[in-house]
Amino acid sequence: MIEESYDTKTFVFGWNEEVRPGQFVMVWVPGLDEIPMSVSGINARTKSITVKAIGEATRKIHELGVGDRIRIRGPYGNGFDLSRGEMLVVGGGVGTAAVIPAIVQSGADAIIAARTKDDVIMDDLARRYSKDLRIATDDGSMGFHGNAVQLMKEMAAEKRYDCVLACGPEVMLYFTYKACQDLGIGCQLSMERYMKCGAGICGCCVMDDMRVCKDGPVFDERQIPLLTEFWKSKRDPCGRIVSLR
Amino acid sequence: MVSLIAKVGALSFDKPGMVASGIMDETGQSMVRMLGCGAGAVVSKSVGMKPNEGHANPCFTETEGGMVNAMGLPNPGIELFEEEMKVAVPHGKIIGSIYGSGPEEFGALAGKMEDYGACAVELNLSCPHAKGYGMEVGTDPRMVRDIVSAVKSAVDIPVWAKLTPNSHILADIGMAVQEAGGDAVVAVNTLKAMVISPEFARPVLSNRFGGLSGKVLKPVGVRAVYDLRTVLDIPIVGVGGISTWRDAAEYIMAGASAFQVGSAVLTEGPCVFECINEGLEAFMHDYGYGSVSAMEGAAHERGGRSNRECDRGVLRHQDVRVRME
Ligand SMILES: Cc1cc2nc3c(=O)[nH]c(=O)nc-3n(C[C@H](O)[C@H](O)[C@H](O)COP(=O)(O)OP(=O)(O)OC[C@H]3O[C@@H](n4cnc5c(N)ncnc54)[C@H](O)[C@@H]3O)c2cc1C
Ligand SMILES: Cc1cc2nc3c(=O)[nH]c(=O)nc-3n(C[C@H](O)[C@H](O)[C@H](O)COP(=O)(O)O)c2cc1C
Ligand code: FES
Repeated sequence: MIEESYDTKTFVFGWNEEVRPGQFVMVWVPGLDEIPMSVSGINARTKSITVKAIGEATRKIHELGVGDRIRIRGPYGNGFDLSRGEMLVVGGGVGTAAVIPAIVQSGADAIIAARTKDDVIMDDLARRYSKDLRIATDDGSMGFHGNAVQLMKEMAAEKRYDCVLACGPEVMLYFTYKACQDLGIGCQLSMERYMKCGAGICGCCVMDDMRVCKDGPVFDERQIPLLTEFWKSKRDPCGRIVSLR
Repeated sequence: MVSLIAKVGALSFDKPGMVASGIMDETGQSMVRMLGCGAGAVVSKSVGMKPNEGHANPCFTETEGGMVNAMGLPNPGIELFEEEMKVAVPHGKIIGSIYGSGPEEFGALAGKMEDYGACAVELNLSCPHAKGYGMEVGTDPRMVRDIVSAVKSAVDIPVWAKLTPNSHILADIGMAVQEAGGDAVVAVNTLKAMVISPEFARPVLSNRFGGLSGKVLKPVGVRAVYDLRTVLDIPIVGVGGISTWRDAAEYIMAGASAFQVGSAVLTEGPCVFECINEGLEAFMHDYGYGSVSAMEGAAHERGGRSNRECDRGVLRHQDVRVRME
């Protein structure tokens, strides 16, 4: 167990399954909701998840200690494609957890963005692997003063990238996508939607006709223009449309 | 020339496979996608009178040879479902699946589905994990008769009734559908099932039990269709564990006029329909079945509907052997 910040903890558990960067698992603690969590650490015999306490299930997971049990099923989803040339990896908030394995396995340049320095997570780990890691905080309390997309544009002006990999709040992903379009470079964005089965059968997590849990969660620059619901709407657990803006 | 056209009563489908209810069919665009994958039709998610979140997570888990779900019929409610149907209906045949607590609700829901452009309604008389709905109303032949009659008088489109395998009086329920004027039965929905975590010493699903689907369900479904065929005159649509052309052929030979695929959309991907269609076509060609209806009921020793049709060499061989014995 690792305390990443005041509200975020990493839990390491023994699990032999083969997992690709960007994939996720469904996590269950008896008596609680089962929820999706990105795999934030990939070793042969152990994996980890990094959990931000925001509601009932995540707060209860935070109460777990060494030796306590959780049930994991998965891994699910497609994951990132790490073979797309010179890459820049961007993590916003707890979305950083989802891109850490991509940074570890590729050693690519990276940005970790958060509201304040207290919200920056996993930067020590990322620094060990990334060729060039930069931090952005909204209030300027650490690293670049501004948001992830502003810093990304700055780095893209310095160096040539072929593809940006990102996970974070949907608004950040949206502007990352716009910036990549302007720069004429590729992108792979990891999305979030309400999940039930996590495995691609119930259809509750769709964005347009794509299942975020199975066809995603990572979508690239060829798929994103077809996702008309991106940064517009999502579906609630009944399947009703909820506006995002 | 082999034709894959499937006829279910008055309805004709270009391809014999349909997407089963509850799989990639809660939104208009998902249904459109599946229609583009070689399915002859899509059965919508089962829709009720009001929006329903379904059961809390965990509501799904994989198991050996299949999966157990207790989604609990999540759906946006019949009013909002109009928007999804508007998107899907122009792209192909949509069968509107509905669930209600009794004849009145079923009648009202079916009327809406007809208005929305559904080519048929499928009555969910079989969900094993929804309190007061599904199989709780679908295992009493009298209730089934009342519901089917009510829906028949409410709509002009064909009325299909989806049955549960969790009953020892399946044939009686099938007869109740037929006697009430139902146009077809769909068999089967999931088998009531449970998965327990030994470490936590408790059932995994929040609802405790759920419904088993996938490969393991196939022999159960094939038997159900076979038995129903021996008592019913109305068409049967087979469903349960179909993932290959062989599975589909088993159902058709048991007596199904068409079939549905659910869980295999997960295990094989949405392209499963194209693979089944190709394999089925090749098999039908090699074994001399000119059409799906020619193969229908072929596994019945005699009197299976298709025995009356004679565009097959295989059957004649069997006849000869029987006579020699
Ligand atoms: C693919 C994917 C990967 C994720 N990875 C991480 C991660 O690595 N670390 C992390 O801290 N969080 C991650 N999340 C978000 C995490 O699932 C939610 O924070 C968690 O479900 C909240 O549950 P709760 O009971 O604590 O809060 P609640 O109060 O129940 O919910 C708070 C919010 O969390 C979201 N949420 C709740 N249940 C679900 C669900 N079943 N599916 C999707 N979203 C839900 C909803 O937006 C909801 O409004 C991920 C989500 C997805 C879809
Ligand atoms: C996740 C899931 C949701 C389902 N939802 C419904 C539903 O809403 N209505 C219904 O009649 N059947 C529902 N079913 C049952 C299927 O339509 C089908 O009858 C069953 O899964 C057996 O077929 P299969 O083995 O091909 O999946 C659901 C099945 C699954 C796996
Ligand atoms: S969560 Fe069920 S299809 Fe994605």
